[in-house]
Amino acid sequence: MNITEKILARASNKKKVEPEDVVFVNVDKVMLHDVSGPGVIKVFEKLQKQGVNVEKLWDPSKVWVAEDHFVPSADMVSAENIVKLSNFTKKYGIEKHFKYGMGQYGICHTLSHEEAMVLPGEVYVGGDSHTNTTGTLGAFACGLGHTDIAYVLLNGKIWLKVPETLYFKINGKLPEHVMAKDLILKIIGDIGTDGAAYKAMQFGGSGIDEMSVDERLTLTNMTTEAGAKNGIIEPDQKIMDYLAERGATDFSAVKGDADANYAKTFEYEASEMEPIVAKPFSPENVSVVRETSSIDLDKAYIGSCTGAKLDDLKAVARILKGRKVKIRTEILPAAISIYKKALENGLIKIFLDAGVTVGPPTCGACCGAHMGVLAKDEICVSTTNRNFPGRMGHVDSQTYLASPLVVAASAVTGKLTDPRDLN
Amino acid sequence: MIGNVIKYEKDNIDTDVIIPGTYLKIHDYAELATHAMEGLDPDFHKKVKEGDFILAGKNFGCGSSREHAPIALAHSGIKAVLALSFARIFYRNAVDGAFLLPIEINEDAYKDISNGDELEINIDNIEIINLTKNKNYQMKPFSEIIGKIIAAGGLFKFQP
Repeated sequence: MNITEKILARASNKKKVEPEDVVFVNVDKVMLHDVSGPGVIKVFEKLQKQGVNVEKLWDPSKVWVAEDHFVPSADMVSAENIVKLSNFTKKYGIEKHFKYGMGQYGICHTLSHEEAMVLPGEVYVGGDSHTNTTGTLGAFACGLGHTDIAYVLLNGKIWLKVPETLYFKINGKLPEHVMAKDLILKIIGDIGTDGAAYKAMQFGGSGIDEMSVDERLTLTNMTTEAGAKNGIIEPDQKIMDYLAERGATDFSAVKGDADANYAKTFEYEASEMEPIVAKPFSPENVSVVRETSSIDLDKAYIGSCTGAKLDDLKAVARILKGRKVKIRTEILPAAISIYKKALENGLIKIFLDAGVTVGPPTCGACCGAHMGVLAKDEICVSTTNRNFPGRMGHVDSQTYLASPLVVAASAVTGKLTDPRDLN
Repeated sequence: MIGNVIKYEKDNIDTDVIIPGTYLKIHDYAELATHAMEGLDPDFHKKVKEGDFILAGKNFGCGSSREHAPIALAHSGIKAVLALSFARIFYRNAVDGAFLLPIEINEDAYKDISNGDELEINIDNIEIINLTKNKNYQMKPFSEIIGKIIAAGGLFKFQP
């Protein structure tokens, strides 16, 4: 069995599972945030009317809560949702609630690893599609809707179909001007936005060994954009060290067997990769940056679970140091802990000196919520994950998805720019 | 189940157009319905009738896990979405929450069925009857677990 199959077999108390098997798995961790949380509360209200007992959760110690989409509260409706969420965690005894304005908080798919909320070998489900991100830790991590999350909260388990696994073998090391974002956009361009539908995407090879944890997170994060059920990487020493730094050493990591089955294997040479953008209106609509350099931009956005990790901010600072931005540029670190490290490393000063507006951690404009949404006809280059019509604001705005290096270089020139072409 | 078709000849109809992100803070189902399909068809809420079906191409509902998407469609009156294929979370949400039926159809049915056609969907016989054109189409049978959850009326009523 491969790693995904082994985790699902263990969680369903079976010796062996195969793709297409339907299993009820015991869930180790479950997450909700300020969008899915109020959605789940609504489901609880419905269930209560139907006579279902919703007074107690299966295990509040396995539940954690993030505030990320509409925070700091964007308007009165969002503020009400935050109050609802706070009442919910209080009522049910959920202690791990990361509240904005009270120390560490941030985007759920950043806290999941920054705070070691999830551990290798676990089954982790979250009320958000980019829950796939956390598969970088060697966990089975998958997004679900409100009804399913409500079911997990009350029963501690959920049905899943064991997915086939697509294996992406990455050889060698990415060039200096290329990031994991370029690689995953290239992959999505190759297989399409439903290329991994209902399947697992596993990454491995020397290219992954070389990659930092932050960069690996970009890969698993974007598996959602290929339709994948989960993204996953077998945990190595880097992951063990990363978690140990965060006080987590007690877990039972899983790796695939030597004779594990993969539905299909894809191979990429990292050294051959180039800076890539995904043009409007789909993550699969990719092009080499140098072939799109005539596009005039209005905005640059550096934020989200995909593109505001510490390594992303360091990459941006490499470009912005001693330069000025030519278009409106925002940087929103993905969590307070990252914000602090960026401050300590002098990155925030570099950003401010370049003319950037630095904002608080939030999903913000990535999902068209607030904090810099786009007007009609505005064109943005962004480190985020999706560029469907209206994703970041007006339905007639446009978003180009790119790596932090490309977004920073483009912020300096006002046009889509390969970092190699910057003077 | 009988209803009329609202056809979108389009693949990858994503959750951002089914219910734009700015409405994610809203959890009133009737209010969400007024914004259904806003990113693709701003007149949708004016033309949709109780019992209608949506017909679309492949990978319907891709993108976010927002349950707002099937909720907004269901509370607009949509009883089923017929598509060449579905994104997984939309599909699960539609079935587990018992909001609407996600029905996979083949290319021939997709091409043949026109906007406004009256269809009868019979899930027991796994067939779709086009009452306007007097034709029959196959639908893809539901997997065992999906069939059972639909029959039970959603995940919470389903006994594993």
